[in-house]
Amino acid sequence: MSTTPATADQTAPQTAQQAAGKPVFDPAAVRDDFPLLGVEVNGEPLVYLDSAATSQRPRAVLDAERRFLETVNSAVHRGAHTLAAEATELFEGARATVAGFVGAEPEQLVWTSGATAGLNLVAYSLGNAAAGRAVPGHEDAVRQWVPGPGDDIVVTEAEHHANLVPWLELAARTGAAVRAIPVHDDGTLDLDAAGALLTPRTRVLAFSHVSNVLGVVNPVEQLVALAREATGGTALTVLDACQSAPHLPLDLPALGVDVAVFSGHKVLGPNGIGALYGRAEVLEALPPFLLGGSMITTVTLEGAEYLPPPQRFEAGTQPVSQAVALAAAVDYQRAVADRFGTDALLAHERALERQLRHGLRELPGIRLLGDAAGTDDGTVERVALQAFEVDGVHAHDVGQLLDARGVAVRVGHHCAQPLHRRFGTTASVRASAGIYTTAHDVDVFLDALSGVRSYFGVA
Amino acid sequence: MAGLDSLYQELILDHAKRRLGATDLAELPELTESTCGATSHQRNPICGDEITLRVTLDGEVVSDIAWEGLGCSISQASASMLTDLARGTTTAELAQLTEGFREAMRSKGQLPLDEERYGDAAALSGVSKFTARVKCAMLAWVALEDATRRARPTTG
Repeated sequence: MSTTPATADQTAPQTAQQAAGKPVFDPAAVRDDFPLLGVEVNGEPLVYLDSAATSQRPRAVLDAERRFLETVNSAVHRGAHTLAAEATELFEGARATVAGFVGAEPEQLVWTSGATAGLNLVAYSLGNAAAGRAVPGHEDAVRQWVPGPGDDIVVTEAEHHANLVPWLELAARTGAAVRAIPVHDDGTLDLDAAGALLTPRTRVLAFSHVSNVLGVVNPVEQLVALAREATGGTALTVLDACQSAPHLPLDLPALGVDVAVFSGHKVLGPNGIGALYGRAEVLEALPPFLLGGSMITTVTLEGAEYLPPPQRFEAGTQPVSQAVALAAAVDYQRAVADRFGTDALLAHERALERQLRHGLRELPGIRLLGDAAGTDDGTVERVALQAFEVDGVHAHDVGQLLDARGVAVRVGHHCAQPLHRRFGTTASVRASAGIYTTAHDVDVFLDALSGVRSYFGVA
Repeated sequence: MAGLDSLYQELILDHAKRRLGATDLAELPELTESTCGATSHQRNPICGDEITLRVTLDGEVVSDIAWEGLGCSISQASASMLTDLARGTTTAELAQLTEGFREAMRSKGQLPLDEERYGDAAALSGVSKFTARVKCAMLAWVALEDATRRARPTTG
């Protein structure tokens, strides 16, 4: 890594790290931990820039899942045999580890199959409360979050469909309206508009910590404060932390949101596992969504009583080996942070983000979504993730050419059609980094991209 | 990028620019009861590509095709080539061509399209090796198949 400052702005965090004699993070030191990064694609070494879609897993995660399946696997929270007890212990231990990853207590963490399931859980729980199925003793608490005719659910224009469609459906079922906070040209949220959209009729404010298209870090505390100001604290605040969890240290209780979700497969863990964090009072007041075994205390032919959270929200068989492997992913990331220092990891993230965005800006015929014509004055906090369009070449064709050079990126609308419409397009290309992404990866990507327009005869 | 050239043949890039049959559908005279025709809107939800295609029939013959759409070079070229190929065919011939095209696209490079039968559209043969792109090539064909079925509801 160069110590020559190209611009003070670009390298300040990194040089400060080095000047202070602190360790600098070099992703080359961890790449050998990820077997998949060694594959070749179309005869070229893989350059994996699609971590925002799914991250690659270190051997420690793969081994943890296999070890569990080979030595402990059995049903948790039932059965009296030795393996069942050990499996339960590992499963609950994983909950504590993953809760710790986001600054939460174990009982504040509900296992889900992923962020989409977590968001649906909250939306359907409120729908059940709207249908009169509040948790006995918590009717008043939940009532303030339940939308009805004339009420609003506030989201942003930049949401992933997973944090939009469940709310549209809840609104349709309850007679409420969904209103969206607009996005500025530089990719930031219009907070003045947010202030006006949030009113005493706001029942839910649901937004992403980091947009999966723009990479902009939204001001969570400020939005939570705006919601509190407008409603006196009665709106339920819901955070989609899918794209922040892989890039930033998270302390969800400190952010002040009521609930938050993230997915395991974006933080070096397996598919099919994710988590929903909730403040204790909030989880206690939310009625269950999925019903069945493992979430009840007493069942008769007339009705059932439910377990307290988190088990209340974990009906049926849980993805146990995936939970254990997700905990291994958290342990792995903690070990890397302990070895290099969180500041060094953040400095690297920032350097990659700058390299990616500035590199794209410098190529002719490229339009960045959320940073059109350099509208970002440098003060916007972002992670290393950027969507863009190539003038005269459709995103699919761009992706195909990059693939021929071994470069894996995402093309399409990235499950954010309203945001693409807002930026006047239907599809874009997205490059996104992970803990293992090197400056060389970004260089290869930019070089491959620079030949795309001439291949298609538009430059 | 030698592997890519079997996908992006010159003819495909040409058609992607020429876009035969592409038009602003709102500018066309509306279909009346005396004209036998129908419109189909198709989209690829994975990537957001879409096409609205209008077919006009004169008895059993496809007398005109007009379309508007957004998409990658493969989908635009395919719509253009299909327009060229299908104008003037009978609906029975078109149904056979479409079936053959679908089979070729699903063949993972095993069934090339016959140039004599498919004309320029035979250049799309290479797409079948790129399974992620097959839907792009199929989009216009599915739209024409659907529009033709709607235009002749009784004989389907």
